[in-house]
Amino acid sequence: MSPSQRAWQRFRRNRLGYWSLLIFCTLFILSLGAELISNDKPLLARYDGRWYFPIVSNVPETTFGGDFQTPTDYLDPFIRQQFARPGNFALYPPNPYHYSTINYFAKEPNPAAPSADNWLGTDDRGRDVAARLLYGFRISVLFALALTSIGVVLGLITGAVQGYFGGKTDLWFQRFIEIWGSMPELYLLIIFSAMFDPSVSLLLILLSLFGWMGLSDYVRAEFLRNRQLDYVRAARAMGLSNGQIIWRHILPNSLTPVVTFLPFRMSAAILALTSLDFLGLGVPPGTPSLGELLAQGKNNIDAWWISLSTFGVLVITLLLLTFMGDAPRDALDPRNAET
Amino acid sequence: MSSALLDVQNLTVAFGGKEVVRGLDFQIAPGEKVALVGESGSGKTVTALSLLRLLPDARVSGTARFAGSDGASDLLSLPARELLGIRGRDIAMIFQEPMTALNPLFTVGEQIAEVLQLKLGLDRGAAAERAIQLLADTGIPQPEQRLRAFPHQLSGGQRQRAMIAMALACQPRLLLADEPTTALDVALRGQILDLLDSLQHKHGMAVLMITHDLNLVRRFASRVIVMERGCIVEQGPVAEVFARPQHPYTRSLIDSRPVRDVQEVPPQAGAPALMQARALRVSYPTPLAGLRGWFRHGEFVAVQGADFVIPPGHTLGVIGESGSGKSTLALAALGLLPFQGELQVAGRAWSRRPALDRALRRVVQVVFQDPFSSLSPRLTVEEIVGEGLTIHAATLSGEERRARVQKALEEVGLSEAQFPGLLQRYPHEFSGGQRQRLAIARALIVEPRLIVLDEPTSALDVTIQKQVLQLLQRLQRERALSYLLITHDVDVIRAMAHEVLVMKGGEIVEAGPVATLLDAPGHPYTRTLVQAAV
Repeated sequence: MSPSQRAWQRFRRNRLGYWSLLIFCTLFILSLGAELISNDKPLLARYDGRWYFPIVSNVPETTFGGDFQTPTDYLDPFIRQQFARPGNFALYPPNPYHYSTINYFAKEPNPAAPSADNWLGTDDRGRDVAARLLYGFRISVLFALALTSIGVVLGLITGAVQGYFGGKTDLWFQRFIEIWGSMPELYLLIIFSAMFDPSVSLLLILLSLFGWMGLSDYVRAEFLRNRQLDYVRAARAMGLSNGQIIWRHILPNSLTPVVTFLPFRMSAAILALTSLDFLGLGVPPGTPSLGELLAQGKNNIDAWWISLSTFGVLVITLLLLTFMGDAPRDALDPRNAET
Repeated sequence: MSSALLDVQNLTVAFGGKEVVRGLDFQIAPGEKVALVGESGSGKTVTALSLLRLLPDARVSGTARFAGSDGASDLLSLPARELLGIRGRDIAMIFQEPMTALNPLFTVGEQIAEVLQLKLGLDRGAAAERAIQLLADTGIPQPEQRLRAFPHQLSGGQRQRAMIAMALACQPRLLLADEPTTALDVALRGQILDLLDSLQHKHGMAVLMITHDLNLVRRFASRVIVMERGCIVEQGPVAEVFARPQHPYTRSLIDSRPVRDVQEVPPQAGAPALMQARALRVSYPTPLAGLRGWFRHGEFVAVQGADFVIPPGHTLGVIGESGSGKSTLALAALGLLPFQGELQVAGRAWSRRPALDRALRRVVQVVFQDPFSSLSPRLTVEEIVGEGLTIHAATLSGEERRARVQKALEEVGLSEAQFPGLLQRYPHEFSGGQRQRLAIARALIVEPRLIVLDEPTSALDVTIQKQVLQLLQRLQRERALSYLLITHDVDVIRAMAHEVLVMKGGEIVEAGPVATLLDAPGHPYTRTLVQAAV
């Protein structure tokens, strides 16, 4: 069995972590295809003997017997009637709402309680909560993945440089980290969000500027410990360059804190985005986000379905990440026996 | 044997269903000195700890009748409260590593006095006074001042003496000594042993000495118990067991003294020197206290004025205590430390620039002491052993490289037949001796001419040590290798070296051919080293 297969075996032995990863990945992959699950455009339509793919091509209303050259509103009862005629049909996604869809033909005032039309109700602008949760979950996870990867790469590089070279390099870097870490992060974020147009990439840059330091310290400590072990000396005596020693020898042995913290960094990133959105400092208005939904829930206490469902999604996401916990660390350590 | 102080019957200790000690029977008479001998993993320490029920996770069965001051009782079934009375008062224990066995937050005096207050009910003043006397008994100079010292302020030997003072505070009937001298330098071992001997005489207590060192057994004990894999294979009076060992394992232990099997005059004796050092000096910067430390560094000189020559096919042994600078010398010879003075390897000097030194790295390789830290735990055997080829023979194809790795492994006695899937295994799947063979294979694969051996066998059991030394001797004969052998063990030097350097405090105090130097040591320090080893 190859080393990577054995690592997978070890991972599977941790039942809780294994199932958590499986469920989390399923949810994430489903959310990547959110346009196919929750969309206000039919996947496929047949009208007057011709095939249409409204989900990819924008079809004007006139095509389906409407009056205007505007994009078709497929929730319009008139359009639905057109499709109900013999020979015509439209294949809708399971949840016929996009996150930005406002149903102008809703039967109930906004925010509406859960019903057969809107499984988790609507928010105060009449948008489907289930759709917004699905898209919001996707943005949160993608954002967390990006933030975590940037933080891990930066933390690894800075920690490795400090720990491996030590001495003056380490000294100056440590002082820099102390100064950098003393800056009031939250207020900088508030100031920057006032200076620039809010966007996901701006948030990513701002949070990344501060997110690498915690990890860097752990990696540095691991490098300091490992670099004076005999196997590193043996590698130096073999004539390996610094880069090769760091990459082949010390790095694999210094990944324990990185891997252990990975799920927790993910959940911290999700929480960070949620709280900034809650405060209105995060993503631009209109973007589906869990934090913005929570803020709506707070503003519409009576619409319990908004806060309750958002809360549920957050708890399940964070719980799955936490349950993964030690599983990747155990998997990557060949000293853990298989079977 | 009703007069026995301790009568152990059918002692079995199991961890999680795995028996590590099986059906032990032995007795210790009052005032007797018994040695429990075995290699690592034979269960000797577990045996001692289980007698005091210091193994919370273990399942212990059998009986251990002990004649304490309150009458005889079974240590293994005694209520916990009564056992507390026996621990420390009737049976005391000293451990291998005094630095970790003493609490770093309390002074030595407080720790000794604590025993006296707890067990004998002395008040603070009386306890302190008694502690001074106990420390004085162990031969620590100025016991009044030492009483107020923290463990880290004492030397290794003094710490062990303080531990002994603590153990003897209540004049126990039985002392369990778990490798009491292993962590100490050779010269100190004799002193501690003499101290234990004299205190044993004085108090008439019995001692159960746990050790792997047969010299120590011969010198100290009157009776010996030999353990192998959790069972007693032989016991009897020391003289008898050593003269006529019955069990093959005992015989192999006694025969494990390394044997000299090297070519006395190597084939290329006249060839130019492979390594030559003149006035070699290595120093480390140390921080200075106060404001001065901002601008200047102090200097700690680890090696000074070292001159030596290693001809092809020769072994130069370097012997000394910990802190004598012998490992620093090894690192300097490998070009891994900045140094002053002259050091030539095969006619070239280290430039300390990786690209320029690469060709020299192929000439000089290294095997370190600790077989656990010297192999990266996350690389497979193939990656570890084959790494040298990726640097020094980069043109080899993957297949050729694999063949060379397999050949190198076979040469050190590791074969695919013994270990299925050998190349894909990780270091943790091998024992200490096998790991050391892997380290040797890693060095051998680039076909070096000189191998620096930094305490290559001191972490290994004696029988394994013998095998590894035999391997090194064979490789030297077959390949005309030179060795720079760093060790603290006179037996290893005697078996391996052609020439010897004796180091003390960073300087070479004596040098010469092995036979003359060890048989007629000139320097008093060499003499203590040689004597301590006998």
